[in-house]
Amino acid sequence: MDSTNYIVRFTLVMTVLASLILAGMFYATKPAADKNQVVFTKRAILAAVETRMDKKLKDISDDEVLTFFDENVEQVTLNMSGEVVDGVQAEKVDLAQEKKKPEADRLLPLFVFNGKDGKKYYIFSVRGNGLWDEIWGYIALEEDMNTVAGAAFDHKGETPGLGAEIKDNPSFPKQFLDKKIFNEKGELVSINVRKGGAQDPVHEVDAISGATITSVGVSEMMKRGLNYYKPYIEKNKATSMK
Amino acid sequence: MAETTVQTAPIKEKEPIWGKKERKLLVDPLNDDNPVTVQVLGICSALAVTTQVYPSIVMAISVTLVTGFSNLATSMVRSYIPKQVRMIVQLVIIATLVTVVELILKATVFPIWKQLSVFIGLIITNCIVMGRLEAYAMANKPWRSFLDGIGNGLGYGAILVMLSVIRELFGKGSLFAGSAIEMKIIGPTNEFWINTAAEGSWFGWYTSNGLMVLPASALFLIGIIIWIQRSMNPKLVDAS
Repeated sequence: MDSTNYIVRFTLVMTVLASLILAGMFYATKPAADKNQVVFTKRAILAAVETRMDKKLKDISDDEVLTFFDENVEQVTLNMSGEVVDGVQAEKVDLAQEKKKPEADRLLPLFVFNGKDGKKYYIFSVRGNGLWDEIWGYIALEEDMNTVAGAAFDHKGETPGLGAEIKDNPSFPKQFLDKKIFNEKGELVSINVRKGGAQDPVHEVDAISGATITSVGVSEMMKRGLNYYKPYIEKNKATSMK
Repeated sequence: MAETTVQTAPIKEKEPIWGKKERKLLVDPLNDDNPVTVQVLGICSALAVTTQVYPSIVMAISVTLVTGFSNLATSMVRSYIPKQVRMIVQLVIIATLVTVVELILKATVFPIWKQLSVFIGLIITNCIVMGRLEAYAMANKPWRSFLDGIGNGLGYGAILVMLSVIRELFGKGSLFAGSAIEMKIIGPTNEFWINTAAEGSWFGWYTSNGLMVLPASALFLIGIIIWIQRSMNPKLVDAS
């Protein structure tokens, strides 16, 4: 049996050593990890307008993603009444954090992608709940703020092969292309993910079989998420009409 | 950590660096004493991370590094560890190494780190790691402990890669998805080498097996691997 004194000294030395190693490692890897995080987010945003880009995203290197994003994407931060908020970078706005605030105080990120064709694409960020955990996505709209130019989804813990298909199966987000979020009366109806197959060719897409709850989650997320942007969309729609 | 050189120096004189015993330590866990199929340890992560080959390889390398170096570190301080707090000391060593591995992954292969998410942290609770510390490193010299750790990590990794190759190929029709050498082998679009949707394709009947991407399939596959291994390896035949 070792004395208590020895045990205390041993554990002290050991924990100090371990914490020094970890602290050192943390600061040594921090710059690279932070850069990776930024590239990861920017890739996710650009994924929504991938169909409007010359190259596929996976063929672009990390550094190119950063410069491409800075050159072609404008960042706008909005408040809930659709006004532009200065001083906050849109990429710094985390919807997961915003969700915890009261609805009126939330901020919304908006990314405006200047396409090669001279058109602007508006990328909206949405977030909601799937079956097991959170799901989120980026929806790109054409200049008319009505037609979908692309969508990209991601999730935290949906079932592989079922709910996770919203991200893993490229044909799911592809369905959203050219759908419209406003109906003829000008109401924001968003895009519904329908179980059993889309019936309305303009506002509906097919659900994933076996992943009903995730599919409903996507519908719900689209509807609510886009409605947050509604004041901004309506204001800008009006100006672009003139 | 400064003791590394001091402690290993005299061992080199007494024992050969590479002998029959050393070889056995490294090779045994690959078959006769495999941590997954014979000792049935580390099943949880083997079911969870093996949907794709690339993350499985990253996971296998991570676990191998952790088992190897935690064995090495524990063995080096084994005579100083107070018996009463033995387990806690081992846990601190493992947890430190796992965190180091996690930080390195985050800085190098970020998307894979995202995909493996919680399972990197859960290496700490992988029974293989602590099992080897208790069973081997606490009673053996550093070099051999290190080999034992690497061997067990590789034995675990070998099963992981086997499972993931089968699961990804039959579940998604691809191999090494997400890495630089991604191969799309069989599937219903013309991106794949064998396009099952093409007109006149011989593989028109083929569809990916959805069960393969679910964790349950890994359990069946591990069972089948154990079955094949036991019927081929006479050392594993139950005497009764």
